[in-house]
Amino acid sequence: MHDMKMAAQAAGLFATYDIPDFFCELLNRGDTPPPGLQMVRDRLARFDLTELRRRAAAVEAQFYRLGITFTVYSDREAIDRVLPFDVIPRVLTAAEWDHVERGVQQRVRAINLFLHDIYHDRHILRDGVVPADLVLGNPNYCQAMVGLDVPGGVYVHINGTDLVRDRDGRFLVLEDNARTPSGVSYVLEDRQMMLRLMPDLATGLNIRPVDEYGPRLHRALVEVAPAGIAEPQVVLLSPGIYNAAYFEHVFLAREMGIPLVEGRDLMVEDGYVYMRTVAGPRPVHSIYRRLNDDFLDPLVFNPDSLLGVPGLVDAYRRGNVTLANAIGTGVADDKAVYAYMPRIIRYYLDEEPILTNVETHICAERAGLEYTLANLEQLVVKPVGESGGYGLLIGPHASQAELAEFRDRLRANPANYISQPVISLSVSPTLCPAGVEARHVDLRPFAVTGESTWVLPGGLSRVALRKGSLVVNSSQGGGSKDTWVLAS
Amino acid sequence: MTQVSAFTAPALPGLRNLLSRYGENMMWLARYMERIENMARLIDVTGSSVQGSNRDAGWDSVIRINADEAFFFHHHKAATEQAVVAFYITESENPDSIKSMARCARENARVLRPLISTEMWMHLNVFTRWVVDLGPEDVGASYLSALCTRLKQDCQTHFGITEGTLYRDQAWQFYSLGKNLERADQITRLIDIKYHTLLPSGAGVGSDIDMSQWTSVLRSAAAYHAFRRVLPDGMTPANIVGFLLKNDGFPRSLSTSLRNVYSALGILAGEYRLRQCGPILERVEELRVTLVEQTVEDIILRGLHEYMDWIQRELRQLQNEIAQAFWPPVVSVAPMGGMEQMQD
Repeated sequence: MHDMKMAAQAAGLFATYDIPDFFCELLNRGDTPPPGLQMVRDRLARFDLTELRRRAAAVEAQFYRLGITFTVYSDREAIDRVLPFDVIPRVLTAAEWDHVERGVQQRVRAINLFLHDIYHDRHILRDGVVPADLVLGNPNYCQAMVGLDVPGGVYVHINGTDLVRDRDGRFLVLEDNARTPSGVSYVLEDRQMMLRLMPDLATGLNIRPVDEYGPRLHRALVEVAPAGIAEPQVVLLSPGIYNAAYFEHVFLAREMGIPLVEGRDLMVEDGYVYMRTVAGPRPVHSIYRRLNDDFLDPLVFNPDSLLGVPGLVDAYRRGNVTLANAIGTGVADDKAVYAYMPRIIRYYLDEEPILTNVETHICAERAGLEYTLANLEQLVVKPVGESGGYGLLIGPHASQAELAEFRDRLRANPANYISQPVISLSVSPTLCPAGVEARHVDLRPFAVTGESTWVLPGGLSRVALRKGSLVVNSSQGGGSKDTWVLAS
Repeated sequence: MTQVSAFTAPALPGLRNLLSRYGENMMWLARYMERIENMARLIDVTGSSVQGSNRDAGWDSVIRINADEAFFFHHHKAATEQAVVAFYITESENPDSIKSMARCARENARVLRPLISTEMWMHLNVFTRWVVDLGPEDVGASYLSALCTRLKQDCQTHFGITEGTLYRDQAWQFYSLGKNLERADQITRLIDIKYHTLLPSGAGVGSDIDMSQWTSVLRSAAAYHAFRRVLPDGMTPANIVGFLLKNDGFPRSLSTSLRNVYSALGILAGEYRLRQCGPILERVEELRVTLVEQTVEDIILRGLHEYMDWIQRELRQLQNEIAQAFWPPVVSVAPMGGMEQMQD
């Protein structure tokens, strides 16, 4: 009721905005939003479409000049694409953020306790809370980590939690990213760009800053370095310039003021890690690695990997270097383990989860498979262990033939899948070719953990630019929005 | 590992510990940009000094300066203006084309992004994208001069932005090494080929020759006005060669480039305590002495070509010694092309 009145007042830019039957973060919230959010709404309404498009074009040109790109591969040539950026920010209220922040911190705490447990005494498995074979038989479970004590018990130093909001605006966890979550550079770049090109929108608003991320991350990596080093040398280990996220690696190395290294820049001698500098080998103590487990050390993992550092795992096991994130964290963000996360939180923390999971059916379990097969046209089915929105089935959008084919795949390899109901994802007004329209969004807050856990206010809001689409991944036609967390 | 235990200098945190790979890339970034500028100069001057009805005359010397005879004639029948210009500007198959070199500069800059200023990157990013998109329609004879002017100006913009924004640490010294080694190489190639091309066969020093061609040599080295100021009436081949080799005030002369190489190595040895510089400094000093102790007439009498050839071999040796000292080859090196990893 209140919202409709608001929307009418806010006409202008939103005059033709067709508020869908979803939770709209700006225009259909079902509450009386705080003054800050109303101010954004009113200011936006006064923009005319031409002016908004002019700003959007300026943003894109600037991103192009800066080379803020991700890399898409086609045949031999690597093509740099600019990640589409929407000039209409996504705004979170202080109360919403407080809830998300506490929920993320709780989840990171539980994930770290879980990882410590499964690589040590395995209480949770013996107590039957999580099936032992799901963990011990998981391809991401790493034998080299068994019995190893990591500094501060921190396995996941950088965590990304993918959140969506349902029809009621309730935040739900879609998945955890506890390996090498990416996207934080867009958060910082988007903000800089936004304040430069839409200053009139932000004036006078108390928006939580995001530029602390680099120093916070650096501090955390120093905190978890091996004990007794006065000034630990931190480096960022990247697969190199052909990696899709290379821009982000550069960005973070710059924000932290640390060298960006590749495997060939590092060497291990007598269990210590060194980097090759013009002054000869220099010790390295803490490595923020953006290289997957399999590529880290050809002596332990993939022997064909040329990206890693021979002997790195040995140095790590001796406690002479810290890896962030630790090895073998993938078992905690596995889509099958995800289903148990609420129980994992209760088990270690004796607390109710602050952020709830999306209802999840585990096809490895008979009941889960039968339910999934019977209700396929209403479910989203996800392969476990895949990333980037590949190999996903969205039941309501699939043809009969696609459904039939997927049923066969499910029966052939049920343990590879989980299913979830289709969530009516929240929307946010987005500048589209035909005007300002509603598009689905998600949110990935980033948590940094050293001696304590700090959550970057906001996070990456990804937007599915195609009308009706629920897939927000950058590799599948998604874009990003600046996320504003109001301080009050 | 003796290097590890022998190292005693205090640790310098952060980026002051220059990665070997960054040092190498800094050097090559400068070399490629310098080479692009030189190539643009050479093409511009060759295109505008072509006289008479035959537009294709004189282009073969561009090929010889770059020692590309075999490669060029494998792809092209004759050294026509059109063929040479395409070969050196737009043909991706030629690693010495401006387009190929711009790609290399860009790859180096991508690696160096953590180190170089945002302004440097932005300019290189836009410049190299423009060059890589150049097509045959952009290099026609009537646009050639304008195109070369823009190429030169973009290179100079790059050097200016770098001078004004790059943090001064070891990386700057390696950049300076690259730039000056490249200049030294380019000026000796230019002198070597032009001197022997322009002198009529059998003619000695001071013969009556076509001075307008010599003027264009000076112009291609951006030396024309400087030369006029120093030697207003001395437009002889020997004076021109002497100016390009030995003039200490001219920024692209061999002596200036060697002085700058020496100074960069000296700073690396002194301020940054990189002791590997010792023997390399000696080699540069030796080169400088041979230049100071001979008059240009001596050099020409003893054989200009032999001397230029020797200098170039020494410069290559210098580059190898620098590589060996600061980025020694690693056993089982990973190739440049990392494989793509999925990161969600």
